[in-house]
Amino acid sequence: MEPKVNILIVDDEEIVRESLASWLEEDGYEVKVAENAARALERLPEKEWNLAMVDLKMPGMDGIELMDEIRKIKPETIVIIMTAYATVDTAVQAMKKGAYDYIVKPFNPEDLSLTIRKIIEHQKLLKENIYLRKELKKQYRLHDMVSKNHKMIEIFELVKTVAKSNSTVLVQGESGTGKELLSRAIHMESPRKDEPFVTVSCASLTESLLESELFGYEKGAFTGADQARSGKIELAKDGTLFLDEIGDISLKLQMDLLRVLEEKEFRRVGGTQLIPVNSRIIAATNRDLTKAIEEGKFREDLYYRLNVISVLLPPLRERKEDVPLLVEHFLERFNIEMGKNVEGVAESAMRMLMDYSWPGNARELRNMIERAMVVTKGRMILDADLSLPQTPGVPLSNNRGKSLSEMEKEHIRRVLLDNRWNIIRSAQVLGIDRVTLYNKIRKYELKKEPVLNS
Amino acid sequence: MGVIPDAMLRKLQDRLRDYLSLPVRISRNMPVPEGSYERNRNQYNSTRILREILREAPADAIKIVGIIDKDMCIPILTFVFGEAQLGGVASIVSIARLRQEFHGLSPDDGILFERLCKEALHELGHNFGLIHCPDRECVMYLSNTVRDVDRKRITYCDSCDSALYAKTEPWRV
Repeated sequence: MEPKVNILIVDDEEIVRESLASWLEEDGYEVKVAENAARALERLPEKEWNLAMVDLKMPGMDGIELMDEIRKIKPETIVIIMTAYATVDTAVQAMKKGAYDYIVKPFNPEDLSLTIRKIIEHQKLLKENIYLRKELKKQYRLHDMVSKNHKMIEIFELVKTVAKSNSTVLVQGESGTGKELLSRAIHMESPRKDEPFVTVSCASLTESLLESELFGYEKGAFTGADQARSGKIELAKDGTLFLDEIGDISLKLQMDLLRVLEEKEFRRVGGTQLIPVNSRIIAATNRDLTKAIEEGKFREDLYYRLNVISVLLPPLRERKEDVPLLVEHFLERFNIEMGKNVEGVAESAMRMLMDYSWPGNARELRNMIERAMVVTKGRMILDADLSLPQTPGVPLSNNRGKSLSEMEKEHIRRVLLDNRWNIIRSAQVLGIDRVTLYNKIRKYELKKEPVLNS
Repeated sequence: MGVIPDAMLRKLQDRLRDYLSLPVRISRNMPVPEGSYERNRNQYNSTRILREILREAPADAIKIVGIIDKDMCIPILTFVFGEAQLGGVASIVSIARLRQEFHGLSPDDGILFERLCKEALHELGHNFGLIHCPDRECVMYLSNTVRDVDRKRITYCDSCDSALYAKTEPWRV
């Protein structure tokens, strides 16, 4: 059976309340009445009101003021203002303040039936919409990660499967793609979820510090070790040990770690007692480990030990379809954290976000949204709220107002840069001959710029 | 209330008795309640009339449906064909707008009577607790125009009929 539709009638005239209630009840609606705004506000918490039909002129608080209150307390309740005296001013005021409709008594019964049916239908669709969006989100969500990119969804599926096992996982991806989030998700999906999740950031520590951080030490193991301390491997107990930036550790520690993985036990620094390892190990890196192996910077045997299950997180620029989804996800989160009520991102601002190449990936996007939410003054994030760096690959929309020759100069400069000033290749890309390119370089006074990291 | 031909009332009595299998009696003519007149609209307030009918209802009446020749309204609506207390005792039907001549056509007693039967059954349905039915041909469908009334059959749909049958059980003859 369909849920009951609740209608609240607020009017100071008894005959109006009684007759309208009777008419609506015949249509199967659940109707309650209130003789003034104060009584209406009392009744408001009683149930979820679909519709409030409020008289404009009442002693005490009038209909418009009451509507304001209703919209604060029950924003999902639709308000219709009723009045016997039609003036354009009040109608405009009522609609501006958010009334769904404005009815001048007396109203044609056919029109009133239609208006109310339309409202109910509208609300039903809204509810359905919210429900469907939630369902959709569930599908695209893995703990704190969201995506509708097929590669990411495959990864989500993989995570759910591998989480049940104890195998070591190697998560690779550029910085900011969510390697730690994914590792946490594996932990949360696993039977170890109530055990600790311990993170070690391998890049930030010197070799000896990292060693004692990982393995712990015994009293007197080195100067300053005035008491014994457990390392992160021990602290992880039956949980998950997350080794971030594994590509940055020294060859000696790689050797030690390999032994831990192979023998499932270790000794504290300066200790003799063997301590068993029960945690699951997940390692992550933004480096190309196969290249590091070729260069002799990473042990191949450790690589194979770690890479039992391999996950490669794609960069955000390869899953641009996720930008709106991620934006919505961050908005939702920061709205809660900051106690704000930002509803969304303006279309033009969203286009800028879509055009940007996101070298810092989802983390950069998150920071961008966080900053925009701090600076924005309205309910929407606008272009000016975003502090997007000028990316190479300038989107065309940013070039409004530039002359044709300016555009040509910029384009030639970029092609030359991309091709490391190789004139023949650049000329091919530009579709002109070498001489023309030389002429244009002279004309625009283009100079070879020093390129970093090359 | 007002001027309703006796013959029409007697025919309605027969129809309602046959249809509902309930004893139907014609009560004496009641004056149109003075307080129900809305001068600025030249119409009669159906809710006020309903209150009056309720006051005059005989003690042994299961339900009471008033028939009136005046055009009725409620404050928020330009007109109503009738009004009923949902699940209550009293209801009222106006024949003013059911007449062909109201719509600029020549009088037709046959059509008028059909419409009256439908609206009386409709309001009595409300008195027995039925709400509007989505079936356009069911007598419980909400009619806002005579076009709607004419499209309805003079019967309840299966589901309204079975609900009504259960509700009239204690008094059926």
